[in-house]
Amino acid sequence: MLEMKKVSKRYRTSTVETRALAELNLSVEEGEFVAIVGPSGSGKTTFLNVAGLLESFDGGSYELDGENVSQLNDKQRSRLRNQKIGFVFQNFNLIPDLNVFDNVDIPLRYQRVPTWKRSELVESALDTVGLKGRMRHLPGQLSGGQQQRVAIARALVGRPRLLLADEPTGNLDSNTASGVFDLLLELHNTGSTILMVTHEESMARHATRSVQIRDGILQVDD
Amino acid sequence: MLGYDSFLATKAIRQHPILSMLMALAIALGIGTFMTIVTISYSIGKNPLPQKSDFLYRVQLDAGNPDRQSNDPRSRPDQLTYTDATALMRSTAAWRQSAMFGVQGVVRPEREALHPFEVSGRAVYSDFFEMFDAPFEFGGTWSTSSDENNERVVVLSSSTNERLFGDQNSVGEHISLNDELFRIVGVLDEWDLVPRIYDLSFSPPEETFLPFSTAVELEFRRVGSTDCWQPSPPGREGFLASECVWIQFWAELEDSSKRDTYLSFLDSYAMEQKQFGRFQRPLNNAIHTIDEWIAYSREGDGGLTIFAIIALLFFIVCLINTIGLLLAKFLSRTRELAIHRALGASRRALFWRFLVEAGCIGLAGGSLGLAFTWLGLLGIRVLLRGQDGALHLTQLDPLLTVATLLLGIVASVLTALYPAWRGSRDTPGVLLKGL
Repeated sequence: MLEMKKVSKRYRTSTVETRALAELNLSVEEGEFVAIVGPSGSGKTTFLNVAGLLESFDGGSYELDGENVSQLNDKQRSRLRNQKIGFVFQNFNLIPDLNVFDNVDIPLRYQRVPTWKRSELVESALDTVGLKGRMRHLPGQLSGGQQQRVAIARALVGRPRLLLADEPTGNLDSNTASGVFDLLLELHNTGSTILMVTHEESMARHATRSVQIRDGILQVDD
Repeated sequence: MLGYDSFLATKAIRQHPILSMLMALAIALGIGTFMTIVTISYSIGKNPLPQKSDFLYRVQLDAGNPDRQSNDPRSRPDQLTYTDATALMRSTAAWRQSAMFGVQGVVRPEREALHPFEVSGRAVYSDFFEMFDAPFEFGGTWSTSSDENNERVVVLSSSTNERLFGDQNSVGEHISLNDELFRIVGVLDEWDLVPRIYDLSFSPPEETFLPFSTAVELEFRRVGSTDCWQPSPPGREGFLASECVWIQFWAELEDSSKRDTYLSFLDSYAMEQKQFGRFQRPLNNAIHTIDEWIAYSREGDGGLTIFAIIALLFFIVCLINTIGLLLAKFLSRTRELAIHRALGASRRALFWRFLVEAGCIGLAGGSLGLAFTWLGLLGIRVLLRGQDGALHLTQLDPLLTVATLLLGIVASVLTALYPAWRGSRDTPGVLLKGL
């Protein structure tokens, strides 16, 4: 599903060069739930951005679902991101002016799914996260946990091959966080491939595999 | 995606209503100022007879002052002498032709209830009406024999007929014009010839039309300019034989291919006249289509051009302001952009979305600009109150209405190019780091 070999990434300014990822190797199989664990500044988010084609990388190779992404242009990367990857962010990242339905609808719009089918898919995704009754609500009218559920519905609606979660419970209280995490586990149990970055070891323990990241270097634990 | 882009654009406009309104207002102000001047310029230069563009020509013969030699084409007189006008009328070089001049007369109505009143008139040849597509409600033009025999025949305007005879067909009736009895041979329908191309006036067509030869014989009071480069001999015959120019001359050719032939004919005529000691300047004759004549007559009319340049500069300043506002607006939406990028939007998709948004603002700006243009024209109409053509000059026609709206959209899309490019450049990962 995901194959990274010696992937490296540096950030440069006119005076400073910072190594964010150093010859990183990672392989994720179909149906796996992999947790990338590390403290702040260890390169977790950079790794997730590279994995999610949100950022380019400087060296190495990266294949996603059998496709070498290093040679793709912006349009091709955007298409691949849209069709094969779903994102769940720590801050939910819902668009405040769009209601729940329209937020979940976004990936389908870029897939050019016909209107009648979009309605069906959005309602089904919201049903999965238990928020079908809140379709016309604005994000501001929902609790943090509900917003994250909407974000998960948005990540799922396009039927992506890979779900990338960046500290998905980081902004939630423990009760709500537990509910959201249970939802991710349910999705994993139904066959979704999930790659999650977190700094919480307790969450990582529920993953099928946990990988430590320090100073941009991955260390496989088990 | 246009539907989705428009949907999001509307949301974005509502999200920052004051900023969006400021941009629309900046565009509207620029458009309003610019289109007000453009409308006036367009109205002045508008050809009222486009169907005659390739056939109808204004004739200029250079019988000017030989002491003032000049290579400037504009040094030739705009009008003709009586000698030349009548000589050209005797030729058959043109398909249709008419010499003409403006006159003023007094009508004494038979109905006692009506007082005598002054009427504007034009002394023309019978071809005039067909040459300028004058529409007849009753009757028609007079015959060529009427031209040759100085007959007392007249064509009335619709309003004059209405004034004298109500809405009845007055053909065959007589009117007293300058104490001469004229037989009415035709009544014109409403004739919206603005500008009045044959003398480039913005007044409506005259109230009466009579044969050229009749007006000369009866010494109707002439209206219009008369230029003489040497003193006119005394008396009417002396004036007619003089080098004074006071007659406009138009010729209609069968098609534009005859243009060179007709010009050669004019040159031959001038060469012939040289043998009689006339036309002492180098050959400098010309014929102009309607559009050429309008352009020729407007040359040197720098006032409007300066206004147009100032209005254009003001419009550009407004657009530069809009660029700044758009840039601020687009760059303030980093978070939303990053989310769309993460969910599958390419740079190009975002670029187009920005342009659609700018286009929506431009449409609003164009619509508001149309209202400002209308207000600007209304203001100018008030300033020109009482002057000929004030209404015509300040009318926004359908073409300019559409052009104003399009200008709003095009201008806003053009101003959005850089902000849209700039707004869609950042990589989503960089944008998301700030979230």
